[in-house]
Amino acid sequence: MTDLLRITDLRKHYGALRVTDGVTLKLAPGSIHAVIGPNGAGKTTLIHQISGTVRPDAGSIHLADHDITTLPPHRRARLGLARSFQITSVLPEFSVLENVALAVLGARGSAFGFLRPLAAEKRLNDAASTVLARVGLAARPASLAGALSHGEKRQLELALALAAEPKVMLLDEPLAGAGPEEAERLIALLATLRGHCGILLVEHDMDAVFQLADEISVLSQGRVIANGTPAEIRADPAVRAAYLGEDF
Amino acid sequence: MTLLAVQLLNGFQLGMLLFLVAAGLTLVFGVMNFVNLAHGVQYMLGAYLGVTCASLAGGFWLGLLLAAMAAGAFGLALEWLIFRHLYARSDLDQVLATFGIIVTLNEAVRLLWGSAPLELPMPDLLSGSFMLMDGLRYPVYRIAITAVGLLVGLALAFLVNRTRAGMLIRAGASNPDMVNALGVDIRRLFRLVFGIGAMLAGFAGVLAAPLVSVEPGMGENVLILAFVVIVIGGIGSIRGAFIAAILVGLVDTVGRTMITDLSHAVLSGQAASRLGPALASMLIYLVMAAVLAWRPAGLFPART
Repeated sequence: MTDLLRITDLRKHYGALRVTDGVTLKLAPGSIHAVIGPNGAGKTTLIHQISGTVRPDAGSIHLADHDITTLPPHRRARLGLARSFQITSVLPEFSVLENVALAVLGARGSAFGFLRPLAAEKRLNDAASTVLARVGLAARPASLAGALSHGEKRQLELALALAAEPKVMLLDEPLAGAGPEEAERLIALLATLRGHCGILLVEHDMDAVFQLADEISVLSQGRVIANGTPAEIRADPAVRAAYLGEDF
Repeated sequence: MTLLAVQLLNGFQLGMLLFLVAAGLTLVFGVMNFVNLAHGVQYMLGAYLGVTCASLAGGFWLGLLLAAMAAGAFGLALEWLIFRHLYARSDLDQVLATFGIIVTLNEAVRLLWGSAPLELPMPDLLSGSFMLMDGLRYPVYRIAITAVGLLVGLALAFLVNRTRAGMLIRAGASNPDMVNALGVDIRRLFRLVFGIGAMLAGFAGVLAAPLVSVEPGMGENVLILAFVVIVIGGIGSIRGAFIAAILVGLVDTVGRTMITDLSHAVLSGQAASRLGPALASMLIYLVMAAVLAWRPAGLFPART
Protein backbone atom coordinates (compact mmCIF):
# COMPACT_ATOMS: atom_id res chain seq x y z
CA MET A 1 0.00 0.00 0.00
CA THR A 2 1.20 3.50 -0.72
CA ASP A 3 1.96 5.80 2.17
CA LEU A 4 -0.78 8.27 3.05
CA LEU A 5 1.69 11.06 3.51
CA ARG A 6 5.17 11.15 2.05
CA ILE A 7 7.52 14.02 2.81
CA THR A 8 10.74 13.92 0.84
CA ASP A 9 13.87 15.94 1.61
CA LEU A 10 11.90 19.00 2.71
CA ARG A 11 13.90 22.18 3.20
CA LYS A 12 13.03 25.63 4.51
CA HIS A 13 15.33 28.33 5.74
CA TYR A 14 14.81 31.82 7.11
CA GLY A 15 18.03 33.71 6.35
CA ALA A 16 20.86 31.56 7.63
CA LEU A 17 18.57 29.59 9.95
CA ARG A 18 17.68 26.17 8.57
CA VAL A 19 14.31 25.49 10.13
CA THR A 20 13.65 22.40 8.05
CA ASP A 21 16.86 20.74 6.92
CA GLY A 22 16.18 17.77 4.68
CA VAL A 23 13.26 16.17 6.49
CA THR A 24 11.95 12.88 5.10
CA LEU A 25 8.91 11.28 6.76
CA LYS A 26 6.32 8.65 5.89
CA LEU A 27 2.90 7.98 7.32
CA ALA A 28 1.57 4.46 6.76
CA PRO A 29 -2.20 3.92 6.40
CA GLY A 30 -4.04 3.70 9.69
CA SER A 31 -1.00 4.50 11.77
CA ILE A 32 -0.05 7.22 14.21
CA HIS A 33 3.31 8.83 13.57
CA ALA A 34 4.50 11.18 16.30
CA VAL A 35 6.99 13.99 15.74
CA ILE A 36 8.75 15.07 18.90
CA GLY A 37 11.62 17.41 19.60
CA PRO A 38 12.67 20.27 21.84
CA ASN A 39 11.21 23.76 21.39
CA GLY A 40 12.66 25.40 18.30
CA ALA A 41 13.34 22.06 16.60
CA GLY A 42 11.12 23.10 13.68
CA LYS A 43 7.97 21.09 14.44
CA THR A 44 5.53 23.94 13.90
CA THR A 45 7.18 25.07 10.66
CA LEU A 46 7.00 21.48 9.45
CA ILE A 47 3.26 21.35 10.23
CA HIS A 48 2.77 24.67 8.42
CA GLN A 49 4.51 23.35 5.32
CA ILE A 50 2.41 20.19 5.32
CA SER A 51 -0.84 22.11 5.79
CA GLY A 52 0.15 24.71 3.21
CA THR A 53 0.49 27.99 5.08
CA VAL A 54 4.28 28.00 4.58
CA ARG A 55 5.84 27.17 1.20
CA PRO A 56 8.99 24.95 1.40
CA ASP A 57 12.19 26.00 -0.40
CA ALA A 58 12.81 22.50 -1.72
CA GLY A 59 11.57 18.95 -1.41
CA SER A 60 8.12 17.51 -1.95
CA ILE A 61 4.97 16.55 -0.03
CA HIS A 62 2.63 13.86 -1.33
CA LEU A 63 -0.82 13.13 0.04
CA ALA A 64 -1.59 9.59 -1.15
CA ASP A 65 -1.00 9.92 -4.92
CA HIS A 66 -1.23 13.72 -5.11
CA ASP A 67 1.75 16.04 -5.11
CA ILE A 68 0.48 18.80 -2.80
CA THR A 69 3.78 20.67 -2.37
CA THR A 70 2.48 23.89 -3.90
CA LEU A 71 -1.28 23.65 -3.32
CA PRO A 72 -3.05 26.26 -1.14
CA PRO A 73 -4.43 25.07 2.23
CA HIS A 74 -8.07 24.71 1.18
CA ARG A 75 -7.15 22.47 -1.78
CA ARG A 76 -5.15 20.21 0.52
CA ALA A 77 -8.10 20.07 2.87
CA ARG A 78 -10.40 18.94 0.06
CA LEU A 79 -7.93 16.22 -0.91
CA GLY A 80 -8.28 14.80 2.59
CA LEU A 81 -5.82 16.59 4.83
CA ALA A 82 -7.31 17.87 8.08
CA ARG A 83 -5.45 19.71 10.78
CA SER A 84 -5.87 20.95 14.30
CA PHE A 85 -4.14 24.00 15.68
CA GLN A 86 -1.72 24.41 18.57
CA ILE A 87 -3.88 27.22 19.91
CA THR A 88 -7.45 26.08 20.50
CA SER A 89 -9.36 26.95 17.34
CA VAL A 90 -13.11 26.71 17.44
CA LEU A 91 -15.64 29.37 16.49
CA PRO A 92 -16.75 30.56 19.93
CA GLU A 93 -19.93 32.35 18.82
CA PHE A 94 -21.24 29.39 16.83
CA SER A 95 -22.98 26.40 18.37
CA VAL A 96 -21.10 23.12 18.64
CA LEU A 97 -23.24 21.66 15.84
CA GLU A 98 -22.71 24.71 13.59
CA ASN A 99 -18.96 24.44 14.05
CA VAL A 100 -19.00 20.88 12.77
CA ALA A 101 -21.55 21.62 10.03
CA LEU A 102 -19.22 24.31 8.73
CA ALA A 103 -16.38 21.80 8.62
CA VAL A 104 -18.57 19.33 6.68
CA LEU A 105 -19.46 22.12 4.22
CA GLY A 106 -15.87 23.20 3.79
CA ALA A 107 -14.79 19.66 3.01
CA ARG A 108 -17.51 19.26 0.39
CA GLY A 109 -16.46 22.46 -1.31
CA SER A 110 -20.08 23.54 -1.67
CA ALA A 111 -19.90 26.20 0.95
CA PHE A 112 -20.72 29.27 -1.12
CA GLY A 113 -24.38 28.59 -1.85
CA PHE A 114 -26.74 31.27 -0.65
CA LEU A 115 -29.82 29.10 -0.53
CA ARG A 116 -30.26 26.27 1.85
CA PRO A 117 -32.82 23.67 0.88
CA LEU A 118 -34.18 22.06 4.03
CA ALA A 119 -33.32 18.52 2.97
CA ALA A 120 -29.68 19.45 2.40
CA GLU A 121 -29.68 21.23 5.75
CA LYS A 122 -30.90 18.08 7.47
CA ARG A 123 -28.27 15.90 5.78
CA LEU A 124 -25.61 18.37 6.87
CA ASN A 125 -26.75 18.41 10.48
CA ASP A 126 -27.07 14.61 10.52
CA ALA A 127 -23.50 14.26 9.29
CA ALA A 128 -22.35 16.76 11.93
CA SER A 129 -24.25 14.91 14.69
CA THR A 130 -22.59 11.62 13.74
CA VAL A 131 -19.16 13.20 14.08
CA LEU A 132 -20.08 14.77 17.43
CA ALA A 133 -21.11 11.37 18.74
CA ARG A 134 -17.73 9.96 17.76
CA VAL A 135 -15.82 12.50 19.85
CA GLY A 136 -18.19 12.26 22.81
CA LEU A 137 -19.97 15.61 22.41
CA ALA A 138 -23.36 14.24 21.31
CA ALA A 139 -25.01 15.66 24.43
CA ARG A 140 -24.18 19.30 23.73
CA PRO A 141 -24.92 20.19 20.10
CA ALA A 142 -26.66 23.48 20.92
CA SER A 143 -24.10 24.87 23.36
CA LEU A 144 -21.99 27.77 22.17
CA ALA A 145 -18.49 26.51 21.42
CA GLY A 146 -17.09 29.35 23.51
CA ALA A 147 -18.90 28.00 26.59
CA LEU A 148 -17.24 24.56 26.47
CA SER A 149 -14.53 23.52 28.92
CA HIS A 150 -10.99 23.43 27.58
CA GLY A 151 -11.04 19.65 27.18
CA GLU A 152 -14.39 19.77 25.37
CA LYS A 153 -13.02 22.42 23.00
CA ARG A 154 -10.17 20.06 22.21
CA GLN A 155 -12.75 17.33 21.51
CA LEU A 156 -14.63 19.72 19.25
CA GLU A 157 -11.44 20.48 17.34
CA LEU A 158 -11.02 16.78 16.69
CA ALA A 159 -14.62 16.71 15.47
CA LEU A 160 -13.84 19.58 13.06
CA ALA A 161 -10.90 17.61 11.69
CA LEU A 162 -12.90 14.37 11.48
CA ALA A 163 -15.88 16.03 9.78
CA ALA A 164 -14.00 16.07 6.50
CA GLU A 165 -13.54 12.28 6.67
CA PRO A 166 -9.86 12.95 6.09
CA LYS A 167 -7.18 10.56 4.88
CA VAL A 168 -4.65 12.26 7.11
CA MET A 169 -5.00 14.35 10.27
CA LEU A 170 -2.25 16.70 11.39
CA LEU A 171 -2.63 17.24 15.09
CA ASP A 172 -0.55 20.08 16.50
CA GLU A 173 -0.31 19.53 20.26
CA PRO A 174 -3.88 18.30 20.75
CA LEU A 175 -3.29 17.89 24.48
CA ALA A 176 -1.82 21.34 25.10
CA GLY A 177 -3.41 22.97 28.12
CA ALA A 178 -5.46 19.91 29.11
CA GLY A 179 -5.49 18.78 32.75
CA PRO A 180 -4.49 15.19 33.66
CA GLU A 181 -8.04 13.81 33.49
CA GLU A 182 -8.85 15.66 30.27
CA ALA A 183 -5.58 14.43 28.77
CA GLU A 184 -6.46 10.84 29.65
CA ARG A 185 -9.87 11.18 27.99
CA LEU A 186 -8.34 12.77 24.88
CA ILE A 187 -5.69 10.05 24.62
CA ALA A 188 -8.41 7.39 24.77
CA LEU A 189 -10.33 9.28 22.10
CA LEU A 190 -7.28 9.57 19.84
CA ALA A 191 -6.67 5.85 20.23
CA THR A 192 -10.15 5.14 18.83
CA LEU A 193 -9.27 7.09 15.68
CA ARG A 194 -6.38 4.78 14.84
CA GLY A 195 -7.23 2.84 11.70
CA HIS A 196 -9.80 5.39 10.46
CA CYS A 197 -7.12 7.68 9.09
CA GLY A 198 -3.41 8.32 9.36
CA ILE A 199 -2.41 10.72 12.12
CA LEU A 200 0.71 12.85 12.23
CA LEU A 201 0.95 13.91 15.84
CA VAL A 202 3.09 16.69 17.26
CA GLU A 203 2.91 16.53 21.03
CA HIS A 204 4.94 17.46 24.09
CA ASP A 205 3.18 15.05 26.42
CA MET A 206 5.58 12.07 26.28
CA ASP A 207 3.16 9.72 28.05
CA ALA A 208 0.66 10.36 25.28
CA VAL A 209 3.26 9.98 22.54
CA PHE A 210 4.59 6.66 23.81
CA GLN A 211 1.06 5.31 24.40
CA LEU A 212 -0.29 6.31 21.01
CA ALA A 213 2.48 6.29 18.43
CA ASP A 214 3.28 3.41 16.10
CA GLU A 215 6.32 5.29 14.89
CA ILE A 216 8.24 8.25 16.30
CA SER A 217 10.53 10.73 14.57
CA VAL A 218 12.73 12.97 16.67
CA LEU A 219 13.38 16.41 15.25
CA SER A 220 16.31 18.54 16.36
CA GLN A 221 17.51 21.73 14.69
CA GLY A 222 15.45 21.00 11.62
CA ARG A 223 16.73 17.44 11.11
CA VAL A 224 15.29 14.04 11.87
CA ILE A 225 17.91 12.68 14.27
CA ALA A 226 16.13 9.41 14.99
CA ASN A 227 13.20 7.40 13.70
CA GLY A 228 11.70 4.14 14.90
CA THR A 229 9.19 2.39 17.11
CA PRO A 230 8.59 3.81 20.59
CA ALA A 231 10.82 1.07 22.05
CA GLU A 232 13.66 1.89 19.66
CA ILE A 233 13.39 5.61 20.38
CA ARG A 234 13.35 5.04 24.12
CA ALA A 235 16.60 3.09 23.79
CA ASP A 236 18.35 5.46 21.38
CA PRO A 237 21.35 7.07 23.11
CA ALA A 238 21.41 10.12 20.79
CA VAL A 239 17.77 10.85 21.56
CA ARG A 240 18.33 10.52 25.28
CA ALA A 241 21.20 12.98 25.07
CA ALA A 242 19.41 15.48 22.84
CA TYR A 243 15.98 15.46 24.25
CA LEU A 244 14.57 12.94 26.63
CA GLY A 245 17.12 13.34 29.41
CA GLU A 246 18.98 10.57 31.20
CA ASP A 247 16.25 9.88 33.70
CA PHE A 248 13.71 8.97 31.03
CA MET B 1 -37.51 71.24 20.23
CA THR B 2 -38.13 71.32 16.48
CA LEU B 3 -34.43 71.92 15.98
CA LEU B 4 -33.61 68.86 18.06
CA ALA B 5 -36.04 66.76 16.03
CA VAL B 6 -34.39 67.88 12.80
CA GLN B 7 -30.94 67.18 14.21
CA LEU B 8 -32.00 63.73 15.35
CA LEU B 9 -33.31 62.90 11.88
CA ASN B 10 -30.18 64.31 10.25
CA GLY B 11 -28.07 62.28 12.65
CA PHE B 12 -29.88 59.07 11.71
CA GLN B 13 -29.49 59.86 8.05
CA LEU B 14 -25.73 60.50 8.41
CA GLY B 15 -25.51 57.30 10.43
CA MET B 16 -27.11 55.30 7.62
CA LEU B 17 -24.68 56.66 5.03
CA LEU B 18 -21.79 55.88 7.37
CA PHE B 19 -23.14 52.38 7.85
CA LEU B 20 -23.19 51.72 4.11
CA VAL B 21 -19.52 52.72 3.91
CA ALA B 22 -18.46 51.07 7.16
CA ALA B 23 -20.13 47.71 6.47
CA GLY B 24 -17.65 46.81 3.74
CA LEU B 25 -14.73 48.31 5.61
CA THR B 26 -15.36 46.33 8.77
CA LEU B 27 -15.75 43.02 6.91
CA VAL B 28 -12.63 43.53 4.81
CA PHE B 29 -10.64 44.52 7.90
CA GLY B 30 -12.18 41.72 9.95
CA VAL B 31 -12.05 38.82 7.52
CA MET B 32 -8.71 39.50 5.87
CA ASN B 33 -7.00 41.77 8.37
CA PHE B 34 -6.49 44.15 5.50
CA VAL B 35 -6.30 47.89 6.19
CA ASN B 36 -7.94 49.50 3.18
CA LEU B 37 -7.63 53.29 3.32
CA ALA B 38 -8.81 53.39 -0.29
CA HIS B 39 -12.33 52.35 0.76
CA GLY B 40 -13.34 56.04 0.87
CA VAL B 41 -12.34 56.31 -2.77
CA GLN B 42 -15.19 53.95 -3.62
CA TYR B 43 -17.58 56.43 -2.03
CA MET B 44 -16.15 59.29 -4.11
CA LEU B 45 -16.19 57.19 -7.28
CA GLY B 46 -19.79 56.24 -6.57
CA ALA B 47 -20.74 59.91 -6.45
CA TYR B 48 -18.85 60.79 -9.66
CA LEU B 49 -20.09 57.72 -11.50
CA GLY B 50 -23.57 58.59 -10.28
CA VAL B 51 -23.35 62.05 -11.83
CA THR B 52 -22.07 60.66 -15.13
CA CYS B 53 -24.36 57.62 -15.29
CA ALA B 54 -27.40 59.71 -14.37
CA SER B 55 -26.73 62.16 -17.19
CA LEU B 56 -25.91 59.38 -19.68
CA ALA B 57 -28.78 57.15 -18.69
CA GLY B 58 -31.08 60.15 -18.39
CA GLY B 59 -32.24 59.67 -14.81
CA PHE B 60 -31.26 59.26 -11.21
CA TRP B 61 -32.52 55.72 -10.72
CA LEU B 62 -30.75 54.05 -13.59
CA GLY B 63 -27.70 56.14 -12.72
CA LEU B 64 -27.81 54.83 -9.15
CA LEU B 65 -27.96 51.23 -10.32
CA LEU B 66 -25.22 51.57 -12.93
CA ALA B 67 -22.92 53.57 -10.67
CA ALA B 68 -23.20 51.12 -7.77
CA MET B 69 -22.42 48.21 -10.07
CA ALA B 70 -19.54 50.07 -11.70
CA ALA B 71 -18.09 50.97 -8.28
CA GLY B 72 -18.33 47.31 -7.24
CA ALA B 73 -16.60 46.21 -10.45
CA PHE B 74 -13.90 48.83 -9.94
CA GLY B 75 -13.34 47.60 -6.38
CA LEU B 76 -12.96 44.02 -7.62
CA ALA B 77 -10.50 45.19 -10.27
CA LEU B 78 -8.44 47.00 -7.62
CA GLU B 79 -8.51 43.86 -5.47
CA TRP B 80 -7.25 41.74 -8.34
CA LEU B 81 -4.63 44.22 -9.56
CA ILE B 82 -3.22 45.48 -6.27
CA PHE B 83 -4.77 44.45 -2.98
CA ARG B 84 -4.35 40.69 -3.25
CA HIS B 85 -0.59 41.21 -3.41
CA LEU B 86 -0.72 43.06 -0.10
CA TYR B 87 -2.53 40.58 2.17
CA ALA B 88 0.65 38.92 3.37
CA ARG B 89 2.41 42.26 3.88
CA SER B 90 2.61 44.30 7.07
CA ASP B 91 -0.04 46.84 8.11
CA LEU B 92 2.35 49.65 7.24
CA ASP B 93 2.78 48.43 3.65
CA GLN B 94 -0.99 48.15 3.31
CA VAL B 95 -1.52 51.66 4.66
CA LEU B 96 1.14 53.13 2.35
CA ALA B 97 -0.11 51.33 -0.75
CA THR B 98 -3.77 52.13 -0.19
CA PHE B 99 -2.89 55.73 0.67
CA GLY B 100 -1.08 55.87 -2.66
CA ILE B 101 -4.27 54.70 -4.32
CA ILE B 102 -6.22 57.53 -2.65
CA VAL B 103 -3.80 60.16 -3.96
CA THR B 104 -3.67 58.64 -7.43
CA LEU B 105 -7.42 58.27 -7.80
CA ASN B 106 -8.16 61.73 -6.41
CA GLU B 107 -5.90 63.15 -9.10
CA ALA B 108 -7.35 60.85 -11.74
CA VAL B 109 -10.83 62.07 -10.84
CA ARG B 110 -9.59 65.68 -11.07
CA LEU B 111 -8.24 64.96 -14.56
CA LEU B 112 -11.37 63.19 -15.78
CA TRP B 113 -14.08 65.35 -14.23
CA GLY B 114 -12.21 68.58 -13.35
CA SER B 115 -11.70 70.13 -9.90
CA ALA B 116 -14.94 72.12 -9.85
CA PRO B 117 -17.59 70.54 -7.61
CA LEU B 118 -20.34 68.73 -9.48
CA GLU B 119 -23.97 68.36 -8.58
CA LEU B 120 -26.32 65.45 -8.89
CA PRO B 121 -29.95 66.63 -8.96
CA MET B 122 -32.34 64.81 -6.66
CA PRO B 123 -34.85 62.50 -8.32
CA ASP B 124 -38.16 64.28 -8.79
CA LEU B 125 -39.98 61.59 -6.88
CA LEU B 126 -38.08 62.40 -3.68
CA SER B 127 -37.32 66.07 -4.07
CA GLY B 128 -40.13 67.54 -2.00
CA SER B 129 -40.47 68.01 1.71
CA PHE B 130 -43.26 67.12 4.10
CA MET B 131 -44.71 68.57 7.27
CA LEU B 132 -42.95 66.99 10.23
CA MET B 133 -44.70 69.06 12.86
CA ASP B 134 -46.11 72.55 13.12
CA GLY B 135 -43.87 74.98 11.33
CA LEU B 136 -41.32 72.39 10.31
CA ARG B 137 -40.86 70.78 6.94
CA TYR B 138 -38.33 68.00 6.42
CA PRO B 139 -36.89 66.86 3.05
CA VAL B 140 -38.27 63.56 1.75
CA TYR B 141 -34.89 62.66 0.29
CA ARG B 142 -33.18 62.47 3.68
CA ILE B 143 -35.93 60.24 5.01
CA ALA B 144 -35.52 58.05 1.91
CA ILE B 145 -31.78 57.66 2.59
CA THR B 146 -32.53 56.63 6.15
CA ALA B 147 -35.08 54.09 4.95
CA VAL B 148 -32.72 52.67 2.34
CA GLY B 149 -29.96 52.37 4.93
CA LEU B 150 -32.29 50.45 7.22
CA LEU B 151 -33.32 48.13 4.36
CA VAL B 152 -29.72 47.46 3.38
CA GLY B 153 -28.91 46.83 7.03
CA LEU B 154 -31.70 44.25 7.23
CA ALA B 155 -30.60 42.63 3.97
CA LEU B 156 -27.01 42.41 5.17
CA ALA B 157 -28.13 41.02 8.51
CA PHE B 158 -30.05 38.33 6.62
CA LEU B 159 -27.09 37.60 4.35
CA VAL B 160 -24.63 37.38 7.21
CA ASN B 161 -26.79 35.54 9.75
CA ARG B 162 -29.03 33.32 7.66
CA THR B 163 -27.10 32.15 4.60
CA ARG B 164 -24.19 29.79 4.21
CA ALA B 165 -22.02 32.43 2.60
CA GLY B 166 -22.79 34.64 5.59
CA MET B 167 -21.93 31.87 8.02
CA LEU B 168 -18.56 31.60 6.28
CA ILE B 169 -18.05 35.35 6.44
CA ARG B 170 -18.68 35.35 10.20
CA ALA B 171 -16.46 32.31 10.65
CA GLY B 172 -13.77 33.90 8.48
CA ALA B 173 -13.86 37.08 10.55
CA SER B 174 -13.49 35.01 13.71
CA ASN B 175 -10.63 32.72 12.62
CA PRO B 176 -9.51 32.89 8.97
CA ASP B 177 -6.66 30.34 9.23
CA MET B 178 -8.92 27.73 10.71
CA VAL B 179 -11.65 28.28 8.13
CA ASN B 180 -9.03 27.99 5.39
CA ALA B 181 -7.83 24.70 6.87
CA LEU B 182 -11.40 23.39 6.80
CA GLY B 183 -11.31 23.54 3.02
CA VAL B 184 -12.82 26.96 2.38
CA ASP B 185 -11.13 29.08 -0.28
CA ILE B 186 -10.63 32.15 1.90
CA ARG B 187 -9.44 34.28 -1.03
CA ARG B 188 -12.65 33.65 -2.90
CA LEU B 189 -14.62 34.47 0.23
CA PHE B 190 -12.66 37.68 0.49
CA ARG B 191 -13.36 38.66 -3.11
CA LEU B 192 -17.06 38.20 -2.43
CA VAL B 193 -16.88 40.38 0.68
CA PHE B 194 -14.73 42.94 -1.08
CA GLY B 195 -17.08 43.25 -4.04
CA ILE B 196 -20.11 43.72 -1.78
CA GLY B 197 -18.26 46.29 0.33
CA ALA B 198 -17.06 48.30 -2.67
CA MET B 199 -20.53 48.27 -4.15
CA LEU B 200 -22.15 49.49 -0.93
CA ALA B 201 -19.64 52.32 -0.53
CA GLY B 202 -20.26 53.36 -4.13
CA PHE B 203 -24.00 53.13 -3.53
CA ALA B 204 -23.61 55.40 -0.48
CA GLY B 205 -21.66 57.86 -2.63
CA VAL B 206 -24.46 58.11 -5.17
CA LEU B 207 -27.07 58.51 -2.43
CA ALA B 208 -25.06 61.28 -0.77
CA ALA B 209 -24.28 63.09 -4.03
CA PRO B 210 -27.48 65.22 -4.14
CA LEU B 211 -26.80 66.43 -0.57
CA VAL B 212 -23.12 67.30 -0.81
CA SER B 213 -20.87 68.74 -3.47
CA VAL B 214 -19.19 66.06 -5.50
CA GLU B 215 -15.47 66.84 -5.49
CA PRO B 216 -12.06 65.12 -5.33
CA GLY B 217 -11.15 64.10 -1.79
CA MET B 218 -14.76 63.83 -0.63
CA GLY B 219 -14.10 60.22 0.37
CA GLU B 220 -11.55 61.01 3.06
CA ASN B 221 -13.87 62.64 5.58
CA VAL B 222 -16.25 59.75 5.28
CA LEU B 223 -13.39 57.26 5.53
CA ILE B 224 -12.20 58.69 8.84
CA LEU B 225 -15.72 58.58 10.26
CA ALA B 226 -16.13 55.04 8.93
CA PHE B 227 -12.97 53.97 10.75
CA VAL B 228 -14.31 55.51 13.95
CA VAL B 229 -17.50 53.54 13.37
CA ILE B 230 -15.82 50.16 12.90
CA VAL B 231 -13.50 50.69 15.86
CA ILE B 232 -16.43 51.56 18.12
CA GLY B 233 -18.59 48.76 16.71
CA GLY B 234 -15.92 46.09 16.88
CA ILE B 235 -13.89 45.14 13.82
CA GLY B 236 -15.61 42.54 11.64
CA SER B 237 -19.08 43.00 13.13
CA ILE B 238 -21.96 44.12 10.92
CA ARG B 239 -24.23 44.58 13.93
CA GLY B 240 -21.52 46.65 15.63
CA ALA B 241 -21.07 48.77 12.51
CA PHE B 242 -24.81 49.41 12.34
CA ILE B 243 -25.16 50.53 15.94
CA ALA B 244 -21.91 52.49 15.98
CA ALA B 245 -22.81 54.26 12.72
CA ILE B 246 -26.07 55.51 14.24
CA LEU B 247 -24.20 56.52 17.39
CA VAL B 248 -21.53 58.43 15.47
CA GLY B 249 -24.12 60.04 13.20
CA LEU B 250 -26.17 61.22 16.17
CA VAL B 251 -23.23 62.36 18.27
CA ASP B 252 -21.69 64.25 15.38
CA THR B 253 -24.92 65.97 14.35
CA VAL B 254 -26.77 66.50 17.62
CA GLY B 255 -23.59 66.92 19.65
CA ARG B 256 -22.35 69.74 17.46
CA THR B 257 -25.45 71.82 18.05
CA MET B 258 -25.70 71.03 21.73
CA ILE B 259 -22.04 71.73 22.50
CA THR B 260 -22.15 75.04 20.68
CA ASP B 261 -25.30 76.06 22.56
CA LEU B 262 -23.90 74.80 25.83
CA SER B 263 -20.61 76.67 25.49
CA HIS B 264 -22.54 79.86 24.75
CA ALA B 265 -24.58 79.36 27.89
CA VAL B 266 -21.53 78.80 30.09
CA LEU B 267 -18.92 81.09 28.59
CA SER B 268 -18.83 84.63 27.26
CA GLY B 269 -19.45 85.22 23.55
CA GLN B 270 -15.96 85.15 22.08
CA ALA B 271 -14.53 82.29 24.09
CA ALA B 272 -17.65 80.28 23.39
CA SER B 273 -17.47 80.76 19.64
CA ARG B 274 -13.89 79.51 19.70
CA LEU B 275 -14.33 76.62 22.14
CA GLY B 276 -17.69 75.34 20.88
CA PRO B 277 -16.72 74.24 17.35
CA ALA B 278 -13.38 72.86 18.57
CA LEU B 279 -15.07 70.68 21.16
CA ALA B 280 -17.78 69.69 18.71
CA SER B 281 -15.37 68.25 16.17
CA MET B 282 -13.58 66.35 18.94
CA LEU B 283 -16.78 64.86 20.24
CA ILE B 284 -16.88 61.59 18.28
CA TYR B 285 -13.25 60.91 19.16
CA LEU B 286 -14.04 61.43 22.83
CA VAL B 287 -16.91 58.98 22.46
CA MET B 288 -14.56 56.53 20.73
CA ALA B 289 -12.00 56.87 23.51
CA ALA B 290 -14.69 56.32 26.13
CA VAL B 291 -16.03 53.21 24.37
CA LEU B 292 -12.52 51.79 23.98
CA ALA B 293 -11.71 52.42 27.64
CA TRP B 294 -14.85 50.50 28.52
CA ARG B 295 -14.61 47.78 25.84
CA PRO B 296 -11.17 47.72 24.23
CA ALA B 297 -12.28 45.49 21.33
CA GLY B 298 -15.34 47.60 20.54
CA LEU B 299 -18.99 46.98 21.29
CA PHE B 300 -19.41 43.69 19.38
CA PRO B 301 -15.97 42.20 18.74
CA ALA B 302 -16.02 39.52 16.01
CA ARG B 303 -12.56 38.17 16.64
CA THR B 304 -11.69 36.44 19.88
